[in-house]
Amino acid sequence: MQKEQLRIICPNGHLGFAPTKEESFWIGAKTFPDYYCCDSGSDDIGPGPLGSDTCASHYDWQKHDLELMLRAAREQKVPMMIGSCGDTGTNSRVDRYIEMIKSLAKQHSMDPFKLVYFYSEVDKDYLLKKMKAGVPIEGLDSRPNLTIEELEATDRIVAVAGVHPFIKALQMKADVVLGGRSSDAAIFAAAAIFEGFPENNAYYLGKVLECASFCAEPYGAKESVIGTITQGDVKVTAMAPFQRCTIASVAGHAMYERTNPYYEYFAGGHLDMRDCRYEQFDERTTRITGSRFVPIQGKVKVKLEGSAKVGDRYVGIVGVRDPYTIRNIDKVIDWARSQVQERFSGKNYKLHYHIYGKNGVMGDLEPIKEIRSHELCIVVEGVAPTKEMAQEVTMIGARQIFYARLPEVKGTAGTAAFVLDEVLQATPAYRWTLNHVVPVDDPMELFTVKEMTINGKEG
Amino acid sequence: MSRKLVELAKTIRSKNAGTDRITFDIIFRERENYELVKRSGALTRQTVAKLYGITEDRICDFVEFDPAFAIKFTISRLEPSGSAGETDIFGCQQYPPLLDVEIKGA
Repeated sequence: MQKEQLRIICPNGHLGFAPTKEESFWIGAKTFPDYYCCDSGSDDIGPGPLGSDTCASHYDWQKHDLELMLRAAREQKVPMMIGSCGDTGTNSRVDRYIEMIKSLAKQHSMDPFKLVYFYSEVDKDYLLKKMKAGVPIEGLDSRPNLTIEELEATDRIVAVAGVHPFIKALQMKADVVLGGRSSDAAIFAAAAIFEGFPENNAYYLGKVLECASFCAEPYGAKESVIGTITQGDVKVTAMAPFQRCTIASVAGHAMYERTNPYYEYFAGGHLDMRDCRYEQFDERTTRITGSRFVPIQGKVKVKLEGSAKVGDRYVGIVGVRDPYTIRNIDKVIDWARSQVQERFSGKNYKLHYHIYGKNGVMGDLEPIKEIRSHELCIVVEGVAPTKEMAQEVTMIGARQIFYARLPEVKGTAGTAAFVLDEVLQATPAYRWTLNHVVPVDDPMELFTVKEMTINGKEG
Repeated sequence: MSRKLVELAKTIRSKNAGTDRITFDIIFRERENYELVKRSGALTRQTVAKLYGITEDRICDFVEFDPAFAIKFTISRLEPSGSAGETDIFGCQQYPPLLDVEIKGA
Protein backbone atom coordinates (compact mmCIF):
# COMPACT_ATOMS: atom_id res chain seq x y z
CA MET A 1 0.00 0.00 0.00
CA GLN A 2 1.35 3.43 -0.93
CA LYS A 3 2.40 5.44 2.10
CA GLU A 4 1.22 9.07 2.17
CA GLN A 5 4.59 10.20 3.35
CA LEU A 6 7.97 8.67 4.13
CA ARG A 7 10.32 9.95 6.81
CA ILE A 8 14.07 9.20 6.73
CA ILE A 9 16.56 10.12 9.43
CA CYS A 10 20.19 10.92 8.61
CA PRO A 11 22.43 11.03 11.68
CA ASN A 12 25.79 11.85 10.11
CA GLY A 13 27.18 13.16 6.83
CA HIS A 14 30.08 10.69 6.95
CA LEU A 15 29.38 7.88 9.40
CA GLY A 16 32.37 7.15 11.61
CA PHE A 17 34.55 10.07 10.49
CA ALA A 18 33.60 11.88 13.70
CA PRO A 19 31.08 10.36 16.13
CA THR A 20 27.35 11.02 15.71
CA LYS A 21 25.92 13.33 18.36
CA GLU A 22 23.59 11.16 20.41
CA GLU A 23 21.06 13.64 21.81
CA SER A 24 19.65 14.76 18.47
CA PHE A 25 19.80 11.18 17.16
CA TRP A 26 17.54 9.90 19.96
CA ILE A 27 15.21 12.90 19.61
CA GLY A 28 14.81 11.89 15.97
CA ALA A 29 14.56 8.17 16.71
CA LYS A 30 11.70 8.78 19.15
CA THR A 31 9.60 10.18 16.28
CA PHE A 32 9.74 6.70 14.62
CA PRO A 33 11.28 7.43 11.20
CA ASP A 34 10.53 4.94 8.42
CA TYR A 35 14.19 4.45 7.49
CA TYR A 36 17.62 4.98 9.05
CA CYS A 37 20.07 5.94 6.29
CA CYS A 38 23.63 7.23 6.18
CA ASP A 39 26.67 7.33 3.93
CA SER A 40 30.05 6.46 5.37
CA GLY A 41 32.35 7.60 2.58
CA SER A 42 34.01 10.56 0.95
CA ASP A 43 36.69 11.31 -1.57
CA ASP A 44 37.75 14.23 0.64
CA ILE A 45 40.11 11.97 2.53
CA GLY A 46 42.48 11.77 -0.42
CA PRO A 47 43.57 8.79 -2.50
CA GLY A 48 45.54 7.01 0.27
CA PRO A 49 42.80 4.94 1.95
CA LEU A 50 41.41 3.65 -1.36
CA GLY A 51 44.86 2.83 -2.72
CA SER A 52 46.08 1.09 0.41
CA ASP A 53 42.65 -0.39 1.30
CA THR A 54 42.54 1.16 4.75
CA CYS A 55 40.15 3.43 6.66
CA ALA A 56 40.52 7.11 7.45
CA SER A 57 38.07 6.76 10.34
CA HIS A 58 38.54 5.21 13.75
CA TYR A 59 37.15 1.70 14.31
CA ASP A 60 35.41 2.65 17.57
CA TRP A 61 33.68 5.67 16.02
CA GLN A 62 32.41 3.61 13.10
CA LYS A 63 31.06 0.97 15.47
CA HIS A 64 29.55 3.62 17.75
CA ASP A 65 27.62 5.16 14.88
CA LEU A 66 26.49 1.80 13.51
CA GLU A 67 25.37 0.78 16.99
CA LEU A 68 23.09 3.80 17.40
CA MET A 69 21.41 3.18 14.06
CA LEU A 70 21.20 -0.60 14.42
CA ARG A 71 19.68 -0.48 17.90
CA ALA A 72 17.03 2.04 16.88
CA ALA A 73 16.24 0.41 13.54
CA ARG A 74 15.95 -3.12 14.97
CA GLU A 75 13.88 -2.02 17.96
CA GLN A 76 11.48 -0.23 15.63
CA LYS A 77 11.66 -2.95 12.93
CA VAL A 78 12.44 -0.53 10.09
CA PRO A 79 15.22 -0.72 7.48
CA MET A 80 18.70 0.70 7.95
CA MET A 81 20.92 1.44 4.95
CA ILE A 82 24.59 2.41 4.91
CA GLY A 83 26.54 3.35 1.79
CA SER A 84 30.30 3.62 1.20
CA CYS A 85 31.28 1.40 4.11
CA GLY A 86 34.54 2.32 5.81
CA ASP A 87 35.27 5.61 3.96
CA THR A 88 36.15 4.08 0.58
CA GLY A 89 33.51 1.40 0.01
CA THR A 90 36.02 -1.28 -0.99
CA ASN A 91 35.08 -4.94 -0.49
CA SER A 92 37.22 -5.28 2.63
CA ARG A 93 35.49 -2.24 4.18
CA VAL A 94 32.04 -3.79 3.54
CA ASP A 95 33.29 -6.97 5.23
CA ARG A 96 34.56 -4.91 8.17
CA TYR A 97 31.09 -3.39 8.66
CA ILE A 98 29.45 -6.82 8.35
CA GLU A 99 31.62 -8.02 11.24
CA MET A 100 30.68 -4.96 13.29
CA ILE A 101 26.97 -5.56 12.66
CA LYS A 102 27.34 -9.24 13.65
CA SER A 103 29.18 -8.29 16.83
CA LEU A 104 26.59 -5.63 17.74
CA ALA A 105 23.70 -8.04 17.08
CA LYS A 106 25.28 -10.53 19.45
CA GLN A 107 26.07 -7.90 22.07
CA HIS A 108 22.43 -6.81 22.12
CA SER A 109 21.00 -10.35 21.64
CA MET A 110 19.02 -9.22 18.61
CA ASP A 111 16.39 -11.37 16.95
CA PRO A 112 17.32 -12.69 13.50
CA PHE A 113 17.34 -10.16 10.67
CA LYS A 114 18.30 -10.11 7.02
CA LEU A 115 21.49 -8.33 6.02
CA VAL A 116 21.94 -7.53 2.33
CA TYR A 117 25.28 -6.20 1.19
CA PHE A 118 26.91 -5.34 -2.09
CA TYR A 119 30.46 -4.97 -3.34
CA SER A 120 31.50 -2.28 -5.77
CA GLU A 121 35.18 -2.88 -6.49
CA VAL A 122 35.89 -2.99 -10.21
CA ASP A 123 38.28 -5.45 -11.77
CA LYS A 124 40.91 -3.79 -13.94
CA ASP A 125 40.44 -6.50 -16.60
CA TYR A 126 36.78 -5.57 -16.93
CA LEU A 127 37.75 -2.01 -17.84
CA LEU A 128 40.63 -3.16 -20.03
CA LYS A 129 38.25 -5.32 -22.08
CA LYS A 130 35.86 -2.40 -22.51
CA MET A 131 38.70 -0.10 -23.55
CA LYS A 132 40.05 -2.63 -26.03
CA ALA A 133 36.54 -2.92 -27.48
CA GLY A 134 36.66 0.84 -28.10
CA VAL A 135 34.44 1.95 -25.20
CA PRO A 136 35.75 5.30 -23.93
CA ILE A 137 36.14 5.64 -20.15
CA GLU A 138 35.31 9.33 -20.06
CA GLY A 139 37.09 11.69 -17.69
CA LEU A 140 35.05 13.92 -15.39
CA ASP A 141 35.86 17.51 -14.42
CA SER A 142 37.96 18.15 -17.54
CA ARG A 143 40.09 15.03 -17.08
CA PRO A 144 41.17 13.26 -20.27
CA ASN A 145 39.70 9.82 -20.99
CA LEU A 146 41.36 6.92 -19.20
CA THR A 147 44.48 5.51 -20.84
CA ILE A 148 45.67 1.92 -20.54
CA GLU A 149 48.88 3.13 -18.84
CA GLU A 150 46.91 4.95 -16.13
CA LEU A 151 44.66 1.93 -15.67
CA GLU A 152 47.67 -0.34 -15.26
CA ALA A 153 49.28 2.00 -12.74
CA THR A 154 46.11 1.96 -10.60
CA ASP A 155 46.00 -0.14 -7.44
CA ARG A 156 42.28 -0.18 -6.71
CA ILE A 157 39.03 1.00 -8.33
CA VAL A 158 35.50 1.35 -6.97
CA ALA A 159 32.30 2.09 -8.85
CA VAL A 160 29.97 4.63 -7.26
CA ALA A 161 26.53 3.05 -6.90
CA GLY A 162 23.35 4.90 -7.75
CA VAL A 163 19.95 3.82 -6.44
CA HIS A 164 19.97 0.43 -8.21
CA PRO A 165 21.71 -1.92 -5.71
CA PHE A 166 19.87 -0.29 -2.78
CA ILE A 167 16.48 -0.79 -4.46
CA LYS A 168 17.49 -4.38 -5.24
CA ALA A 169 18.36 -4.91 -1.57
CA LEU A 170 14.97 -3.58 -0.46
CA GLN A 171 13.23 -5.83 -2.99
CA MET A 172 15.07 -8.72 -1.29
CA LYS A 173 13.38 -7.56 1.96
CA ALA A 174 16.60 -6.42 3.61
CA ASP A 175 16.46 -5.23 7.21
CA VAL A 176 20.00 -3.89 7.06
CA VAL A 177 21.87 -2.87 3.89
CA LEU A 178 25.64 -2.36 3.77
CA GLY A 179 26.85 -0.88 0.52
CA GLY A 180 30.16 -0.55 -1.28
CA ARG A 181 31.02 2.88 -2.64
CA SER A 182 27.80 4.81 -3.16
CA SER A 183 26.55 8.17 -4.24
CA ASP A 184 25.47 9.47 -0.83
CA ALA A 185 22.20 10.96 -2.04
CA ALA A 186 21.24 7.72 -3.82
CA ILE A 187 20.84 5.83 -0.53
CA PHE A 188 17.95 8.07 0.53
CA ALA A 189 16.55 8.37 -2.99
CA ALA A 190 16.47 4.57 -3.30
CA ALA A 191 14.30 4.20 -0.20
CA ALA A 192 11.85 6.82 -1.46
CA ILE A 193 11.69 5.39 -4.99
CA PHE A 194 11.21 1.86 -3.62
CA GLU A 195 8.30 3.17 -1.53
CA GLY A 196 6.60 4.63 -4.60
CA PHE A 197 7.55 8.31 -4.42
CA PRO A 198 8.45 10.25 -7.58
CA GLU A 199 12.08 10.49 -8.66
CA ASN A 200 11.78 14.30 -8.88
CA ASN A 201 11.37 14.51 -5.12
CA ALA A 202 13.26 11.35 -4.16
CA TYR A 203 16.59 12.55 -5.53
CA TYR A 204 16.16 15.95 -3.93
CA LEU A 205 15.39 14.24 -0.61
CA GLY A 206 18.73 12.45 -0.91
CA LYS A 207 20.53 15.58 -1.94
CA VAL A 208 19.34 17.55 1.08
CA LEU A 209 19.83 14.75 3.65
CA GLU A 210 23.22 13.39 2.65
CA CYS A 211 25.29 15.72 4.84
CA ALA A 212 22.93 15.50 7.85
CA SER A 213 22.97 18.78 9.83
CA PHE A 214 25.06 20.67 7.25
CA CYS A 215 21.67 21.76 5.82
CA ALA A 216 20.77 23.37 9.19
CA GLU A 217 21.92 26.44 11.07
CA PRO A 218 23.71 27.51 13.16
CA TYR A 219 26.69 25.46 12.02
CA GLY A 220 27.09 22.19 13.91
CA ALA A 221 28.10 18.91 12.29
CA LYS A 222 27.08 15.33 13.16
CA GLU A 223 23.58 16.23 14.34
CA SER A 224 20.56 14.35 13.00
CA VAL A 225 18.03 15.68 10.50
CA ILE A 226 14.82 14.08 9.21
CA GLY A 227 13.59 14.38 5.64
CA THR A 228 9.94 13.83 4.75
CA ILE A 229 8.82 13.08 1.21
CA THR A 230 5.28 13.13 -0.19
CA GLN A 231 4.03 12.93 -3.78
CA GLY A 232 4.28 16.71 -3.98
CA ASP A 233 7.14 17.98 -1.83
CA VAL A 234 10.16 17.41 0.38
CA LYS A 235 10.50 18.77 3.92
CA VAL A 236 13.62 18.73 6.04
CA THR A 237 13.67 19.23 9.82
CA ALA A 238 16.58 19.72 12.22
CA MET A 239 16.54 17.43 15.27
CA ALA A 240 19.16 19.19 17.40
CA PRO A 241 17.41 21.61 19.77
CA PHE A 242 19.81 24.42 18.82
CA GLN A 243 19.38 24.02 15.06
CA ARG A 244 16.79 24.93 12.44
CA CYS A 245 16.46 24.15 8.76
CA THR A 246 15.90 27.57 7.19
CA ILE A 247 15.44 28.62 3.59
CA ALA A 248 18.95 30.06 3.70
CA SER A 249 20.57 26.99 5.26
CA VAL A 250 18.82 24.53 2.93
CA ALA A 251 19.35 26.54 -0.25
CA GLY A 252 22.93 27.21 0.85
CA HIS A 253 23.54 23.51 1.28
CA ALA A 254 22.46 22.84 -2.31
CA MET A 255 25.76 24.30 -3.44
CA TYR A 256 28.01 22.68 -0.82
CA GLU A 257 30.91 20.65 -2.24
CA ARG A 258 29.75 20.88 -5.83
CA THR A 259 30.76 22.94 -8.79
CA ASN A 260 27.28 24.08 -9.70
CA PRO A 261 24.31 24.52 -7.34
CA TYR A 262 21.69 23.72 -9.98
CA TYR A 263 22.70 20.21 -11.06
CA GLU A 264 23.64 16.97 -9.32
CA TYR A 265 24.68 13.91 -11.31
CA PHE A 266 23.89 10.25 -10.56
CA ALA A 267 24.21 6.91 -12.28
CA GLY A 268 21.12 7.16 -14.49
CA GLY A 269 20.49 10.88 -14.75
CA HIS A 270 20.76 14.23 -13.06
CA LEU A 271 18.79 16.37 -10.66
CA ASP A 272 17.84 19.80 -11.97
CA MET A 273 17.37 22.28 -9.13
CA ARG A 274 16.95 25.44 -11.20
CA ASP A 275 13.24 25.75 -10.41
CA CYS A 276 13.41 24.77 -6.74
CA ARG A 277 11.19 26.79 -4.41
CA TYR A 278 12.00 27.00 -0.73
CA GLU A 279 9.45 27.89 2.00
CA GLN A 280 9.73 28.05 5.77
CA PHE A 281 7.20 25.34 6.75
CA ASP A 282 7.56 25.64 10.51
CA GLU A 283 10.24 26.98 12.82
CA ARG A 284 12.62 24.05 12.28
CA THR A 285 11.47 22.87 8.86
CA THR A 286 11.95 24.02 5.28
CA ARG A 287 9.73 22.78 2.44
CA ILE A 288 11.13 22.33 -1.07
CA THR A 289 9.22 21.88 -4.32
CA GLY A 290 10.08 22.12 -8.00
CA SER A 291 13.13 19.84 -8.32
CA ARG A 292 13.22 17.63 -11.40
CA PHE A 293 15.05 14.39 -12.17
CA VAL A 294 16.17 14.10 -15.78
CA PRO A 295 16.97 10.52 -16.84
CA ILE A 296 20.08 10.08 -18.98
CA GLN A 297 19.61 9.62 -22.72
CA GLY A 298 21.34 6.43 -23.81
CA LYS A 299 23.39 4.18 -21.58
CA VAL A 300 23.67 4.66 -17.84
CA LYS A 301 27.13 5.96 -16.90
CA VAL A 302 28.62 4.89 -13.58
CA LYS A 303 31.31 6.94 -11.87
CA LEU A 304 34.63 5.28 -11.04
CA GLU A 305 37.23 6.25 -8.44
CA GLY A 306 40.75 4.87 -8.65
CA SER A 307 44.01 5.35 -6.78
CA ALA A 308 47.62 4.49 -7.59
CA LYS A 309 50.66 4.30 -5.33
CA VAL A 310 53.31 6.89 -6.09
CA GLY A 311 55.90 5.82 -3.52
CA ASP A 312 56.86 5.54 0.13
CA ARG A 313 56.94 8.75 2.13
CA TYR A 314 58.65 10.40 5.06
CA VAL A 315 58.20 13.86 6.56
CA GLY A 316 60.55 16.07 8.53
CA ILE A 317 59.73 19.16 10.59
CA VAL A 318 62.12 22.11 10.68
CA GLY A 319 61.92 25.52 12.40
CA VAL A 320 63.72 28.69 11.36
CA ARG A 321 63.97 31.82 13.56
CA ASP A 322 66.96 33.76 12.23
CA PRO A 323 65.59 36.81 10.31
CA TYR A 324 68.39 36.73 7.73
CA THR A 325 67.73 33.06 7.04
CA ILE A 326 63.97 33.74 6.80
CA ARG A 327 64.59 36.50 4.24
CA ASN A 328 66.69 34.09 2.23
CA ILE A 329 64.55 31.00 2.74
CA ASP A 330 64.23 30.30 -0.97
CA LYS A 331 68.01 30.12 -1.29
CA VAL A 332 68.15 27.83 1.73
CA ILE A 333 65.63 25.47 0.15
CA ASP A 334 67.51 25.57 -3.16
CA TRP A 335 70.66 24.54 -1.29
CA ALA A 336 68.90 21.64 0.45
CA ARG A 337 67.35 20.50 -2.83
CA SER A 338 70.74 20.60 -4.53
CA GLN A 339 72.20 18.34 -1.84
CA VAL A 340 69.44 15.76 -2.37
CA GLN A 341 69.94 16.02 -6.11
CA GLU A 342 73.68 15.43 -5.72
CA ARG A 343 73.03 12.22 -3.78
CA PHE A 344 70.18 10.88 -5.94
CA SER A 345 70.95 12.30 -9.37
CA GLY A 346 68.97 10.50 -12.05
CA LYS A 347 66.83 8.64 -9.48
CA ASN A 348 63.07 8.86 -9.28
CA TYR A 349 62.07 10.82 -6.17
CA LYS A 350 59.93 13.79 -5.19
CA LEU A 351 60.76 16.40 -2.59
CA HIS A 352 58.18 18.92 -1.41
CA TYR A 353 58.72 21.85 0.96
CA HIS A 354 55.72 23.25 2.84
CA ILE A 355 56.85 26.58 4.27
CA TYR A 356 54.40 27.70 6.98
CA GLY A 357 54.75 31.42 7.56
CA LYS A 358 55.24 31.92 3.83
CA ASN A 359 52.72 29.97 1.75
CA GLY A 360 52.39 26.60 3.49
CA VAL A 361 48.59 26.54 3.28
CA MET A 362 47.90 28.03 -0.13
CA GLY A 363 51.05 27.39 -2.14
CA ASP A 364 50.92 29.18 -5.49
CA LEU A 365 47.40 30.49 -4.77
CA GLU A 366 48.74 32.64 -1.89
CA PRO A 367 48.43 36.32 -2.85
CA ILE A 368 50.66 37.53 0.01
CA LYS A 369 54.12 37.15 -1.41
CA GLU A 370 56.33 38.65 1.31
CA ILE A 371 57.08 36.80 4.55
CA ARG A 372 55.58 38.63 7.55
CA SER A 373 56.35 36.08 10.24
CA HIS A 374 59.28 36.12 12.66
CA GLU A 375 59.56 32.34 12.46
CA LEU A 376 58.87 29.66 9.88
CA CYS A 377 57.92 26.01 10.11
CA ILE A 378 59.04 23.91 7.19
CA VAL A 379 57.55 20.49 6.60
CA VAL A 380 59.75 18.45 4.30
CA GLU A 381 57.96 15.68 2.39
CA GLY A 382 60.04 13.11 0.52
CA VAL A 383 58.60 10.40 -1.73
CA ALA A 384 60.63 7.62 -3.33
CA PRO A 385 60.23 4.05 -4.61
CA THR A 386 61.50 2.45 -1.36
CA LYS A 387 61.17 3.33 2.31
CA GLU A 388 64.93 3.52 2.72
CA MET A 389 65.32 5.97 -0.12
CA ALA A 390 62.32 8.06 0.98
CA GLN A 391 63.85 8.31 4.44
CA GLU A 392 67.21 9.40 3.09
CA VAL A 393 65.72 11.91 0.62
CA THR A 394 63.72 13.48 3.44
CA MET A 395 66.59 13.39 5.90
CA ILE A 396 68.97 15.15 3.54
CA GLY A 397 66.24 17.58 2.51
CA ALA A 398 65.60 18.51 6.16
CA ARG A 399 69.09 18.39 7.64
CA GLN A 400 70.64 20.46 4.89
CA ILE A 401 68.43 23.37 5.99
CA PHE A 402 70.60 23.22 9.14
CA TYR A 403 73.76 23.37 7.01
CA ALA A 404 72.55 26.02 4.55
CA ARG A 405 75.44 28.12 3.21
CA LEU A 406 74.41 31.76 3.38
CA PRO A 407 77.26 34.26 3.13
CA GLU A 408 76.30 36.61 5.98
CA VAL A 409 74.67 34.27 8.47
CA LYS A 410 75.66 35.02 12.07
CA GLY A 411 74.56 31.69 13.51
CA THR A 412 77.29 29.45 12.20
CA ALA A 413 76.37 26.60 14.53
CA GLY A 414 73.24 25.75 12.56
CA THR A 415 70.43 27.56 10.75
CA ALA A 416 67.53 25.34 11.73
CA ALA A 417 65.75 24.19 14.90
CA PHE A 418 64.47 20.61 15.00
CA VAL A 419 61.58 19.24 17.03
CA LEU A 420 63.17 15.85 16.51
CA ASP A 421 66.45 15.13 14.82
CA GLU A 422 64.78 12.46 12.73
CA VAL A 423 62.29 12.11 9.93
CA LEU A 424 58.97 10.38 10.43
CA GLN A 425 57.49 7.65 8.32
CA ALA A 426 54.17 8.73 6.81
CA THR A 427 51.63 6.71 4.88
CA PRO A 428 52.70 6.03 1.30
CA ALA A 429 51.81 8.65 -1.28
CA TYR A 430 48.97 7.85 -3.66
CA ARG A 431 47.25 9.83 -6.39
CA TRP A 432 43.73 9.81 -7.80
CA THR A 433 44.01 8.15 -11.20
CA LEU A 434 40.31 7.65 -11.90
CA ASN A 435 37.59 10.25 -11.73
CA HIS A 436 35.82 8.86 -14.76
CA VAL A 437 32.58 7.25 -15.91
CA VAL A 438 31.96 3.92 -17.61
CA PRO A 439 28.86 3.34 -19.75
CA VAL A 440 26.99 0.13 -18.81
CA ASP A 441 24.19 -1.93 -20.36
CA ASP A 442 22.79 -2.85 -16.96
CA PRO A 443 23.24 -0.51 -13.96
CA MET A 444 23.73 -3.62 -11.77
CA GLU A 445 26.61 -5.10 -13.77
CA LEU A 446 29.26 -3.51 -11.54
CA PHE A 447 27.63 -4.47 -8.23
CA THR A 448 27.41 -7.92 -6.65
CA VAL A 449 24.52 -8.19 -4.18
CA LYS A 450 24.54 -10.89 -1.47
CA GLU A 451 22.52 -11.67 1.63
CA MET A 452 22.86 -13.40 4.98
CA THR A 453 20.79 -13.86 8.10
CA ILE A 454 22.21 -12.52 11.34
CA ASN A 455 20.97 -13.98 14.59
CA GLY A 456 22.19 -12.19 17.69
CA LYS A 457 20.90 -14.95 19.92
CA GLU A 458 23.07 -17.67 18.37
CA GLY A 459 26.60 -18.71 19.30
CA MET B 1 32.42 54.46 0.67
CA SER B 2 33.67 50.93 0.59
CA ARG B 3 33.56 47.95 2.91
CA LYS B 4 35.26 44.61 2.97
CA LEU B 5 33.48 41.44 1.86
CA VAL B 6 33.92 39.95 5.34
CA GLU B 7 31.64 42.68 6.74
CA LEU B 8 28.89 42.00 4.20
CA ALA B 9 28.80 38.20 3.82
CA LYS B 10 27.41 35.64 6.29
CA THR B 11 29.56 32.78 5.02
CA ILE B 12 32.77 32.74 3.01
CA ARG B 13 34.15 29.23 2.52
CA SER B 14 36.09 26.92 0.25
CA LYS B 15 35.89 23.14 -0.06
CA ASN B 16 36.77 20.30 -2.42
CA ALA B 17 34.24 19.66 -5.15
CA GLY B 18 35.36 16.16 -6.05
CA THR B 19 39.01 15.23 -6.43
CA ASP B 20 40.02 17.78 -9.05
CA ARG B 21 38.37 21.04 -8.04
CA ILE B 22 37.94 23.48 -5.19
CA THR B 23 34.71 25.44 -4.92
CA PHE B 24 34.20 28.77 -3.17
CA ASP B 25 30.88 29.99 -1.66
CA ILE B 26 30.11 33.55 -0.61
CA ILE B 27 26.68 33.62 1.04
CA PHE B 28 24.76 36.68 2.25
CA ARG B 29 22.06 36.95 4.89
CA GLU B 30 20.31 39.90 3.24
CA ARG B 31 19.29 40.30 -0.38
CA GLU B 32 20.54 43.92 -0.29
CA ASN B 33 24.15 42.95 0.41
CA TYR B 34 24.00 40.17 -2.16
CA GLU B 35 22.70 42.52 -4.85
CA LEU B 36 25.20 45.18 -3.83
CA VAL B 37 28.17 42.84 -4.23
CA LYS B 38 26.82 41.53 -7.54
CA ARG B 39 26.43 45.11 -8.83
CA SER B 40 29.83 46.24 -7.56
CA GLY B 41 31.73 44.10 -10.06
CA ALA B 42 34.22 43.21 -7.32
CA LEU B 43 33.60 39.47 -7.75
CA THR B 44 33.85 38.27 -11.32
CA ARG B 45 35.85 35.61 -13.11
CA GLN B 46 38.45 38.27 -13.88
CA THR B 47 38.81 39.71 -10.37
CA VAL B 48 38.93 36.30 -8.74
CA ALA B 49 41.57 35.04 -11.20
CA LYS B 50 43.64 38.13 -10.45
CA LEU B 51 43.25 37.74 -6.68
CA TYR B 52 44.53 34.16 -6.74
CA GLY B 53 47.13 34.79 -9.43
CA ILE B 54 45.71 32.19 -11.81
CA THR B 55 44.62 32.23 -15.43
CA GLU B 56 40.89 32.58 -16.08
CA ASP B 57 40.70 29.18 -17.71
CA ARG B 58 41.25 27.59 -14.28
CA ILE B 59 37.92 29.02 -13.15
CA CYS B 60 35.59 26.33 -14.42
CA ASP B 61 32.35 27.76 -13.04
CA PHE B 62 31.13 31.12 -11.80
CA VAL B 63 27.49 31.24 -10.66
CA GLU B 64 25.25 33.79 -8.98
CA PHE B 65 22.78 31.63 -7.04
CA ASP B 66 19.75 33.76 -6.20
CA PRO B 67 17.84 31.23 -4.02
CA ALA B 68 20.64 31.30 -1.43
CA PHE B 69 21.84 34.90 -2.00
CA ALA B 70 25.16 33.38 -2.93
CA ILE B 71 28.04 33.81 -5.34
CA LYS B 72 29.93 30.66 -6.14
CA PHE B 73 32.97 29.89 -8.23
CA THR B 74 35.10 26.82 -8.74
CA ILE B 75 38.73 26.45 -9.68
CA SER B 76 40.55 23.43 -11.06
CA ARG B 77 43.43 22.04 -9.02
CA LEU B 78 46.82 21.58 -10.66
CA GLU B 79 47.12 18.17 -8.95
CA PRO B 80 44.23 16.04 -7.61
CA SER B 81 43.49 16.38 -3.89
CA GLY B 82 45.81 14.48 -1.57
CA SER B 83 48.66 14.08 -4.07
CA ALA B 84 52.20 14.28 -2.69
CA GLY B 85 52.92 17.94 -1.98
CA GLU B 86 49.28 18.63 -1.01
CA THR B 87 48.87 21.72 1.16
CA ASP B 88 45.14 21.54 1.90
CA ILE B 89 43.61 18.10 1.42
CA PHE B 90 40.02 19.31 2.00
CA GLY B 91 40.54 22.59 0.15
CA CYS B 92 38.89 24.36 3.07
CA GLN B 93 41.53 27.04 3.82
CA GLN B 94 41.71 28.66 0.39
CA TYR B 95 39.08 31.36 0.98
CA PRO B 96 40.87 33.89 3.25
CA PRO B 97 42.03 36.23 0.45
CA LEU B 98 38.33 36.85 -0.28
CA LEU B 99 37.72 38.30 3.20
CA ASP B 100 39.49 41.56 2.39
CA VAL B 101 38.02 42.17 -1.06
CA GLU B 102 36.88 45.82 -1.13
CA ILE B 103 33.26 46.39 -2.17
CA LYS B 104 32.76 49.91 -3.47
CA GLY B 105 29.45 51.65 -2.75
CA ALA B 106 28.89 49.67 0.43
